[in-house]
Parts: sequence; C-alpha cells; structure tokens
Amino acid sequence: MLNAALLLGLLAIPLWAWIVDEPFTITLVTRAVILAIAGVGLNVALGLGGLVSLGHAAFFGLGGYAMGILAYHAQTYTPLIEVPFLIEGTKSMPVIWLVAIAVSALAALAIGALSLRTTGVYFIMITLAFGQMFYYFAISWPAYGGEDGLSIYVRNGVAGLNMMDPLTFFAICYALLLLVLFIVSRLAASPFGLMLGAARQNPARVEAVGQGPYRLYLTAFVISGAITGLAGALFADLNRFVSPVMLSWQTSGEIMVFVILGGVGRVFGPVAGAALFIALEHWLGGLSDYWHIYLGAILLGVVLFARGGIYGLIAGRGVAHD
Amino acid sequence: MSLILLVEQALNGLQLGVMLFLMAAGLTLIFGVMGLINLAHGSLYMVGAFAAAAVAGLTGSFLLALVASLAAAALAGVIVEMTVIRRLYDRDHLDQVLATFALILIFSEGTRWFYGSVPLYLDRPEWLSGTVTLPLGIEYSAYRLALIGAGLAVAAGLFWMIARTRLGIQIRAGENDREMIGALGVNISALYTLVFALGAALAGLAGALIGAIQSVQVGMGEPVLILAFVVIVIGGIGSIKGALVGAILVGMTDTLGRVLLPQAFALFMDASSATTAGSALASMAIYLLMAGVLLFRPKGLFGGATA
Repeated sequence: MLNAALLLGLLAIPLWAWIVDEPFTITLVTRAVILAIAGVGLNVALGLGGLVSLGHAAFFGLGGYAMGILAYHAQTYTPLIEVPFLIEGTKSMPVIWLVAIAVSALAALAIGALSLRTTGVYFIMITLAFGQMFYYFAISWPAYGGEDGLSIYVRNGVAGLNMMDPLTFFAICYALLLLVLFIVSRLAASPFGLMLGAARQNPARVEAVGQGPYRLYLTAFVISGAITGLAGALFADLNRFVSPVMLSWQTSGEIMVFVILGGVGRVFGPVAGAALFIALEHWLGGLSDYWHIYLGAILLGVVLFARGGIYGLIAGRGVAHD
Repeated sequence: MSLILLVEQALNGLQLGVMLFLMAAGLTLIFGVMGLINLAHGSLYMVGAFAAAAVAGLTGSFLLALVASLAAAALAGVIVEMTVIRRLYDRDHLDQVLATFALILIFSEGTRWFYGSVPLYLDRPEWLSGTVTLPLGIEYSAYRLALIGAGLAVAAGLFWMIARTRLGIQIRAGENDREMIGALGVNISALYTLVFALGAALAGLAGALIGAIQSVQVGMGEPVLILAFVVIVIGGIGSIKGALVGAILVGMTDTLGRVLLPQAFALFMDASSATTAGSALASMAIYLLMAGVLLFRPKGLFGGATA
C-alpha cells in the first residue's frame, strides 16, 4: 500500500507539474528518483547485508565520470583510446549505463575484496578511506577537468528521444527506478537474499552450513556498487556536469541518510528517504541558507528516537535491522 | 634532490604525523574504551581552531589561544557526550555513524552561521616565527619544529598517563571489560565523559596548532578526520602505540610521496606528465599503504583482541 502510494506520488507530481508547466518541479522530482536509485543500491549492502559502507560516493562518482568521459570524447570527436584498439566516446545512454555499471562493479569488487577482510568499525573507516582515494585522484588528475569537473553540452540520448525535455528524462529515470526496485525485491526474496540476511544476523551459523559469508557479502557489495554507479551516470546526465564533489565523502553520507530516513532494510525505504530529503532540501533551503543545521537535527532525532525511519513510523513495525 | 631538501621534507612528514597522532589518539581511545566510532571528531578539531583564532584575535596571546582551544574543545566534547553520544554507546555502529554525521552537519553549519565562510587566520607567535639552523646547515621553520616537540611531548604524557596513573588504569580496564569496572565501583559514566573530553581536547589542540599553518575555516576537520581513520586502521583500533606508529607512517608517506614520486616518474617520462602522474599517485599513496597493511594484517599493525 505504502509502496504503491509512494510510487504513484512520485509519478503524479511531475505529471501535474507538466500540466501547469513547471519544469523546475519535474527536475526536482527527477533528482529524487535518481538519488532513490543510489539509495536502493546502498541498501543492498547496508540493509540486506548489514555492511555499513561510507564509501559509496566512489561508485556514484565513477558512474558520473563514466558518463562524463564518454560524452566528453564524443562531443570533442577525440578517441578515448587508440592503442591497442580504437575506442570512441559515445552519446548513447544505454552504452553509458552499461559502462557505468561495469566500471563501478569492478571498483566495488576491488574495494570489497580488500575491505571485507575486516568487519565492523574497520569496514566503515576503510570504505570511507577508499572513497577519499578516488576523490583525491579525481582532483589531482587534470585530464578530465580536475577540481573544476567536466561539463557536457547536451544530455545523452536513447532512441532519438529528446532528453532535454524534462518529462522524457524523468520518465526514463522513473522506469529505471522501477526496474531496479523490481530486481532488488526479487533479489531480497531469492535464496541468495535470504542467505545474505542470515549472514547479517549470524555469520557463524551461515559458515557452519557451508556458505562463506565473505562471498555473500562481496556479491552484495558488487551489486550494490553497480546500482549506485548507474544512479551516478543518471545524476551526471541530469546536471550535464560531473565533478569530484560526486566522489566526496559527504555524498556517501547523504546516500546513507536517504536509506536511514526511509528505514533500513526495506526495499522501498530509500525511495521514501530520498523523496523526503529532496523535499527538506527544497523547503528548508528556501527557509534558511543554513538548512543543514535543521537536516542534522532531524537526522539526529530519527537516529535517537525513530529507529525504523519513516517506514517504521508509518508501518508501525519495529526496527528492520538488528 | 639534495639531502637538505630531503631532511626538510622528512621533518615536514614527521610534523604532519605528530599532529595526526593527536587526532588519532583521541579517536582510538574513544573507540577502545566506549566502542564508539565518532565522525564528529573533526568538528572538535574545528572548534579548537576557531576558539584559538577568536581568543588570539582578542588578546594577541598565542598561549592563551592554545588554552582556549583545549578548553573550548573539551567543553564541546562534554556537552556533546552528555546530550547525544551517551545514548549511542549501546547502539550499533550504523546509528553511531549517522548520529555523529548529523553532529558534523550541525557543527559545520552552526560555525558557518556564526563566523561566515571567510577563513580566519591565526598568527604564529612572534618568538616562533623565524627559522632555526639545524646540524648540516639546514634552515627549518621554528614553529614546525615546535609542533613536532609539542606533539611528541603530548604523546609521552599520554603514554605516561595510561601506564602510570589511576585514570590510565581505569581506561585500560575499561578497554578489557566494561561491565567489570562498573561492578568494581568505578563511575562509568563519569569515566566515559572524561575520556571523551580528553579526546576532544587533543583534537582541539591539534586544530589550533595546525590552524596557525593553514587557515581556520569550516570543513577543515573532515580531511584530517579521514587521515586519522587511515592512521587508526593501519595502527590497529584501540592501540595508542599503533596510533603513533601509524600517524608517523602516514605523515611520512604522504609528505615524501608528494616530493619523491614526481621526481621518480621524471626518470622515465617527460617532465609535465611525470608531475601529473606523480602527484596523482602521491595523492593515493597513503590509501595504497593502508590496503597493503590490510592485506597482511587485517587488524592493523598493533591491533589485538580489543578490535
């Protein structure tokens, strides 16, 4: 019920905005939808696997840079690589999505393989540190704009659709969100998802029945990174701009905030969280330049007193993580 | 690459390492005793720096500014501990991360609201503004040398306190068995507040000392916080000795990497691409060091049972 209401709401607002001709509102909701995809991605690691990753900005930013670099080479008509074989840039969205997913999945595999050797508080610090590594690399590597970031002129395209039309771009993002939600909810109910939940609750028992938690965690981490990378590519396309800010640790923190505001471990939680975050940003940001103070206070209140997030409050059930 | 430059850079690395130790020691103590991961430690560093800049601006005395940084950061630590942190000790790490992330937002924006976004400057004291001539005829900044001395003195004091004083015994006992020392009549909640205030004061002192080299501004704490995390991961969480070794390793790797790597690349590349590749790799060097340590010692160099 709640899930359907949420999705309908996200669909209804842009349609209404389209009718009354308010393109800014459509863009705002598109932002919420894209950030929701990132949150759903993080939630695979955080909610299902109990892996508190503070480094998901790395995947978000890598997805963004995958878009930025491919589109940059396409718009300047320079090849990406000439040796050993020629690779050209592209303005085709599906290609960019696939590249973003592949690159962030590979990065998640490398980071995960190292970080998952540790647990608990070490894991948090290490993912945070690896995220920073990408951030500093992007700043100090001048070929793609360094600290200034990379702009592209026109949004990339799918099948000849006009992506500069806010509603078309929204529809694409919304469809992708639905697809990701479908995949993740199937994943959560699959034997793999159940095993992962078991590994979160009791790693020793999972090990005793012959399933190494390491492989389960690593798989979840890679899937999680890949989804967040897809969101990063869409986010960069939305802004037609990618910069190291997407890789910064504040971004990791914010993606985590979506998950928590919504409710950890619930597939639709991050969607509610991202929608609420964007609404707060819009509303509080209009109220005061220092709206982060209020955001901090709200977040503190949720953590201390409403541990199930919005979903926990409305659905009335207890904490989803344990 | 002269020897003199190399020694100078090694001293810079030592100075960075010693300052990182002040941050990392507080973090690792707080984690060791209370089991709390505190992202807001960088905010306490910032509070110390701002308090020092404000008092130095009013009185013109650097020593008073240092006292103010210690007092302000410790006070902020006590307030935060008693209102928020205390509720987090028996929560999982996720809740701790989020609540302390929320504290960062509140501290940063609050400071921005109060002081604005323009950086403040904290002047080095008159009597430490020149250079000192070291053996081999090396000219080195007196202030940075004083930082190394001060940091090492604080480290020695900390080791002494933990090994020799009653508080140190309670801290070590608390790391081993929290319930037991409560049962033995130690006032646990006072001990926790005290340890948190101690860590906060160390962070505030580091903020003030570094504030005189760099500018004092909102957001200055978080890069240092992340470096301190790298230090702790390398050294092993909960180990003060590990924090010292890790801090100096990280300080040296970062500083020397930035100087040596571009020069090493220049041996087989043209100058401009060597600078680019070298500095890009240098910016990643400490993280690669961390990954390397993790491959062989997942619990860090000195990490033991308490992790």
